[in-house]
Amino acid sequence: MRRKFIVLAAGVLVAAACGGSQPEPVTPAPVAIDSTAIKEQMRQDSIAAAERARAEAERRATEAALAAAALITNQLTAEVHDMINFDFDRSDIRMEDEANLDRKAAIMMANAAVRMRIAGHADDRGSDEYNLALGNRRAESAKRYLVNQGVDGSRINIVSFGEERPLDPAQTEEAWTKNRRDEFEMTAGASQLVAPN
Amino acid sequence: MRRWIGAVALVLVAGSLAAQDSVPPVDQGVRVGIEYTPGVRPRLVVFPGPGYDSVRPILQRDLDYSDRFELIYVGYHPDGASAGGVNYQLYRRLGAQYGVELTPSGSATVVRLHDLDAGEVRSHQTVIFPPPDAPEFRMAVHQISDEIVRWVTGTPGYAASRLAYVGRKRLWVVDSDGVGNRSLTGADEAVLSPAWSPDGRRIVYTRFDEGMGSLQLLFLASGSTVTVPSTRSGLNYASAFSPDGRILAYTRSGEGGTDVFRVDVGDMCCLQRLTVGRYADNLSPTYSPDGRRIAFVSTRAGPPQIYVMSADGTDQELLASFDFGATGSSFAPEWSPDGAQVAFHRAIEGRFQVFVLDLASRRVRQLTSAGRNEDPTWAPDGRHVAFVSTRSGRRQLWIVDTETGRIRQLGTPDAVRLPSWSRRFGGAAGVNH
Repeated sequence: MRRKFIVLAAGVLVAAACGGSQPEPVTPAPVAIDSTAIKEQMRQDSIAAAERARAEAERRATEAALAAAALITNQLTAEVHDMINFDFDRSDIRMEDEANLDRKAAIMMANAAVRMRIAGHADDRGSDEYNLALGNRRAESAKRYLVNQGVDGSRINIVSFGEERPLDPAQTEEAWTKNRRDEFEMTAGASQLVAPN
Repeated sequence: MRRWIGAVALVLVAGSLAAQDSVPPVDQGVRVGIEYTPGVRPRLVVFPGPGYDSVRPILQRDLDYSDRFELIYVGYHPDGASAGGVNYQLYRRLGAQYGVELTPSGSATVVRLHDLDAGEVRSHQTVIFPPPDAPEFRMAVHQISDEIVRWVTGTPGYAASRLAYVGRKRLWVVDSDGVGNRSLTGADEAVLSPAWSPDGRRIVYTRFDEGMGSLQLLFLASGSTVTVPSTRSGLNYASAFSPDGRILAYTRSGEGGTDVFRVDVGDMCCLQRLTVGRYADNLSPTYSPDGRRIAFVSTRAGPPQIYVMSADGTDQELLASFDFGATGSSFAPEWSPDGAQVAFHRAIEGRFQVFVLDLASRRVRQLTSAGRNEDPTWAPDGRHVAFVSTRSGRRQLWIVDTETGRIRQLGTPDAVRLPSWSRRFGGAAGVNH
């Protein structure tokens, strides 16, 4: 900073010396000029700092809002992904799963961009090929339920895994119960979800 | 022409050998309507002699597995040989009714069936066996085995055939005697529902992918596959060729449920829906050998049961009768090659057992009771049925003779699913008359 002012002062001297035929008494550049510049600089700096603080606050607020939204999205995603289970060789929705599906329907209605894939699964006690049909029927059942709640059917796609992808390969009643299920996956519009009213 | 040099010094190793590898007791979880009496089968001996050490064991095992004969095993002792024809009297003393003789004739082999009681050659055929290390060697022996069965019984055996099945999500094939297991697909695809074309040149299977499945036509000679165009979307499985090999009937699941469709795979055209189940599933079609009817599974009455329709989808009716609430669910029908029976599996006390429906009487017969038994598939002789059973502790292939109840395991390295038995491989290379 200091060095710059000295150079500047020297420059003024040279300019004056080479200037005109009418020599003026040479006086050194007053220090007061520099002081104004510094004040101006400080003013600018303080504006910038305020600007930065405001941006930072804004960024933090946005971040917090995003985090809150992400939290909501995560919660809603988990609710959509929550599986439902079926009785042996049955594809009708059990009463205890209706609230679960009602919630999924509400979330889909509040988020029009969401598309869903429902995958039906079976335990391995049934026939291999029949289980593909059974899984399909289980996926269809959940889709029909959601459509009856007002979700546009074209937003839901169904597939069946039959007994090809068990959650638990054990040959126990507990494992079979787990494996008879519908899985729900959002295939589009799931990056940010809003909670239904 | 060289005749086989007289059988002298026949060492009867049969007694002990036969006992250890012969007929298992009938009560291995098999129930059939006919009492099994080993004595009623004619005794057959494959004459010992020099050479044919690779042929003879295959022949003997095929004839044994045909369940048409009681095999007598005799050893060969060249020092005791003397000139002369077949010593009919000696073999008759062993209780044999039939003898199979192999004699070289130039580069060919003359196969003769001797009727030992009549003391004469009943049938014969000249065969050129490929070298024992050639890939087609075993099948050539299987084909002559099937001929020998035909000479005696009027209908050929089933040795010259293969089974396709799913193991560790891959497609496998194995010869009917359990030899030559090999995988035809890689680790990059998951296979379901293989089925042979009637000419044995193609296998159709489902390539299962994330809840969807397309039908693949695998051409065995080239190893190339073609996707059936109508199955590029949705889940398509449980398919069956029509007897002329042109039409594929298959199951399709998706929006609107599960139904049976048919498509012309000769021209890849003319898709037709054969069933319309509103809230019922229709699946697992199987053609009658005359191609005019299709048996299938339907849930139209609630529990899955076996129905039948005309090949165009008309005249749908119940095929295997059931008592609502009492009879177990029934699955996986397969029409027998002679058209007389349909095999399927049905839940009995929560476990699957293999049944056979006789179409003339419409009566069902339970074939199995030990372990879980499912997905029956007919041998080309219309008499043997292969199925998946857990009786040994894991899912393995077993073959039962529906006439005698005799049962054997067909060894495979992995757990087995969804077997399909080919028809007989005919037009033998190297076989002429």
